[in-house]
Amino acid sequence: MTARAIMQATDMHRALTRIAHEILESNRGAQSLVLLGIPTRGVTLAHRLAVILESIVPGVSVPVGSLDVTMYRDDLYQHPTRASAPTEVPVSIDDMTVVLVDDVLYSGRTVRAALDALTDLGRPQAVRLAVLADRGHRELPIRADFVGKNLPSAHGERINVLLTEHDGVDGVEIEEVVSA
Amino acid sequence: MKHLLSTRDLSREDAIQLLDIAEDMAAVNEREVKKLPALRGKTIVNLFFEDSTRTRISFEAAEKRLSADVINFAAKGSSVSKGESLKDTTQTLAAMGIDAVVIRHGASGAPQVLAHSGWIDAPVINAGDGTHEHPTQALLDAFTMRRRLHGAGSRGKGLDGVSVTIVGDILHSRVARSNIWLLQTLGAHVQLVSSPTLLPSAVDTWPVTVSYDLDEALASTAPDVVMMLRIQQERMKDAFFPNEREYSNLWGLTAERFLSLPEKTMVMHPGPMNRGLEISSLAADSPQSTVLDQVANGVSVRMAALYMVLTGEREVSHD
Amino acid sequence: MTNPTLLVQGATLADGTQADILVKGTQVIEVGMGLSAAGAQKIDAQGLIALPGLVDLHTHLREPGFEQSETVLTGTQAAALGGFTSVFAMANTQPIADTAGVVEQVLRLGDEAGYATVRPIGAVTKGLEGTQLAELGAMAHSRAQVRVFSDDGKCVSDPLIMRRALEYVKTFGGVIAQHAQEPRLTIDAQMNEGEVSARLGLAGWPAVAEESIIARDVLLAEHVGSRLHICHLSTAGSVDVIRWAKKRGINVTAEVTPHHLLLTDERAESFDARFKVNPPLRRSEDVHALREALADGTIDIVATDHAPHPVETKECEWGAAAFGMVGLESALAVVQTTMVETGMMNWADVARVLSEAPARIGGLTSHGHKIAAGIQAELVLVDPTAQRTFGVEDLASLSHNSPYLGIDLMGQVVATIHQGYLTADNRTVIDAEIVAARAVEVLRG
Repeated sequence: MTARAIMQATDMHRALTRIAHEILESNRGAQSLVLLGIPTRGVTLAHRLAVILESIVPGVSVPVGSLDVTMYRDDLYQHPTRASAPTEVPVSIDDMTVVLVDDVLYSGRTVRAALDALTDLGRPQAVRLAVLADRGHRELPIRADFVGKNLPSAHGERINVLLTEHDGVDGVEIEEVVSA
Repeated sequence: MKHLLSTRDLSREDAIQLLDIAEDMAAVNEREVKKLPALRGKTIVNLFFEDSTRTRISFEAAEKRLSADVINFAAKGSSVSKGESLKDTTQTLAAMGIDAVVIRHGASGAPQVLAHSGWIDAPVINAGDGTHEHPTQALLDAFTMRRRLHGAGSRGKGLDGVSVTIVGDILHSRVARSNIWLLQTLGAHVQLVSSPTLLPSAVDTWPVTVSYDLDEALASTAPDVVMMLRIQQERMKDAFFPNEREYSNLWGLTAERFLSLPEKTMVMHPGPMNRGLEISSLAADSPQSTVLDQVANGVSVRMAALYMVLTGEREVSHD
Repeated sequence: MTNPTLLVQGATLADGTQADILVKGTQVIEVGMGLSAAGAQKIDAQGLIALPGLVDLHTHLREPGFEQSETVLTGTQAAALGGFTSVFAMANTQPIADTAGVVEQVLRLGDEAGYATVRPIGAVTKGLEGTQLAELGAMAHSRAQVRVFSDDGKCVSDPLIMRRALEYVKTFGGVIAQHAQEPRLTIDAQMNEGEVSARLGLAGWPAVAEESIIARDVLLAEHVGSRLHICHLSTAGSVDVIRWAKKRGINVTAEVTPHHLLLTDERAESFDARFKVNPPLRRSEDVHALREALADGTIDIVATDHAPHPVETKECEWGAAAFGMVGLESALAVVQTTMVETGMMNWADVARVLSEAPARIGGLTSHGHKIAAGIQAELVLVDPTAQRTFGVEDLASLSHNSPYLGIDLMGQVVATIHQGYLTADNRTVIDAEIVAARAVEVLRG
């Protein structure tokens, strides 16, 4: 089982910077913006995006939170019981533009769950989706607004997003999972 | 976790995971939309062979907040009071396609019998059985202690080094039993204080220290937690103690005793309280009292327990 | 038409010697090597141990009144499968065996079934209520010739009634078999009081509730000079009291059940009501004390306390379940497993505690004799090498509340001979019609 590096730390930073610029462009600035990461790596990426946004637009502060979608998943009976993670929303999301942040977009089911979870928290003006990697194979009519890198992959492969805060190193790798 | 029958067979890892999930459930209980879709389409029966409005509505709130369909089955006035057996009742529920059973029963071990009988293939949560166990009460007590001690930083923590003094009718208390096992698992030190008549004869085999003298016990340990148990007044008839006044004098948390406690000591009671008997109003209504926190936390902890037994892959039985 | 002559070939007797046993009519007529008899039915007993037919001083046959649990017929079939040729039937039937009419009915049912000698036990007090003596003399002088009296299931707790009963049965050489349980100390009791009951929250049945009654009763027996038998000893403390009493010369005998020789109160952890019994399963220290007392003769006999219950009274919550377990079919295997395999007893000891001594205590002269020419043919053949996981298929009782289901036991009864004919063969009970016909032949002489 070998892993192939797809993105290095510098590639990752460049991709996040591009996403930040695209967010500002589509939102016409940093006003009424809130970033909600999907635990665990989505939250870390959301914090990084906020730092980049604040460096591009001096003086602005972009609120960052986490949105746990565990209780909204449609596969609670197909996997061992999942631990939940905290949902922390620093400001009211009513009439805000919420950017959901996750590491990898795959079937789209996590995003579906996140949209439901958001509905229970308030009524945003708009919801956008930012992901570091899009590997295709969507099972729902969902697409990302901001994509760091498109990574066409096979079902038998796994995309690992490595982040210094969790893994000691930044990078994205693709792994062949040999199923028995 | 397939069932929640007892705290004795709960690992530290599972207990802490359950308390952590309960933290997330507590956050849901504080927001405007107090509902999660996790158990949508699941039917849960609250099978109460013994009256307990408090516990039943706590479970019902937890079930509804997780979007489960709820059926309340009170044995009084039903076919059960006409002699229908536990087996027949359970098989009837199984035939209706019940997904989980929350059972309260006057007989110790009834939830175990249900879970291992083969009459129904559904998770079972023990909501109090005889004088055996009341695991969700112990979990909500532990949750309450952890929150008071660690606040927002509670996640992932046990109760290591916390000293807890449990006072009252240990012999007949399922709350005490469940607390003793769980508190030990979470690393707390437990001290029991009671009359020798209200302690099991084999209490020396339990992981606790025992005292008959409440004043001495409180003074020597200055506990982080004092948990007062409800005393059943009918115990007097069976010569467990002479009368209420003597019980209150020796083992009640009187105003005077309460005032002698350090300010950090939290005062717990599983309710319903006999004010003036095992606990004074001064203690029950003080900021140190966690009585209402316990009620609120009960819903969050029961949501976590329901989530843990109902989700996950179901074991497929191979015959 | 007389019953067939039986030739048991190559059996090993309790003393270890090998012999053939020739049974004709109701008698053993010859024991020795190389016997032959023309036309005899041969039974190959190579590798099997031959013991005198087992005698159970403590059986609940449930008839009359509780025929959904057991009948005299099914209970004695269970006895035959377990190697028993005589059972003493406890008095707690409905109606209670406190009159000559009831004990004669049980006697007649036993004779007709033909599987074993059924000796009814009479109640000590009217209705087992503990307040007024039953018609002890009428039962003793009835056709059933009752000699053992017991309120088993309940204790004769009133010391005055106990004293009078002990004195009264001297009239006809009877014995009181006491179920030792102080009632006030065991209100709502569910299991042994100790570490396990404390943990499970089940009301405790303390050892002292048994020991205090035994202590009182041995002193009463000494005072009035009577014979006393103690049912189902279950604690180490009870052993100490009996040992002291015997040393003092008090005329007391004691029994232990197979389950108290093997099982402990930890079985209750499953809340499986098959393990609910009275007196309750105790600690492993008690089990060991009981085994030692049986081996050294402090405890005289093993008795089964075979207590059949229908499935609905066991498939329920512990507190609602009935007390008791079936034991006739498994008794000998449990005794072999606990006492012989451990080297604490030999087969002669087994014959003593399961046949000879219970026959003497019960005044049953036709049973419990060493195998020799001239005795009534009451025999059991045992395969001591049989190893099995005990299962429902090993039961003949109408009820299946055995605590041994799924437990490995050593030894199995192969054949049982009662009054000269087979009641069990090839590890199976013989058909009821055949056995009843054989019994009729015996009556005709």
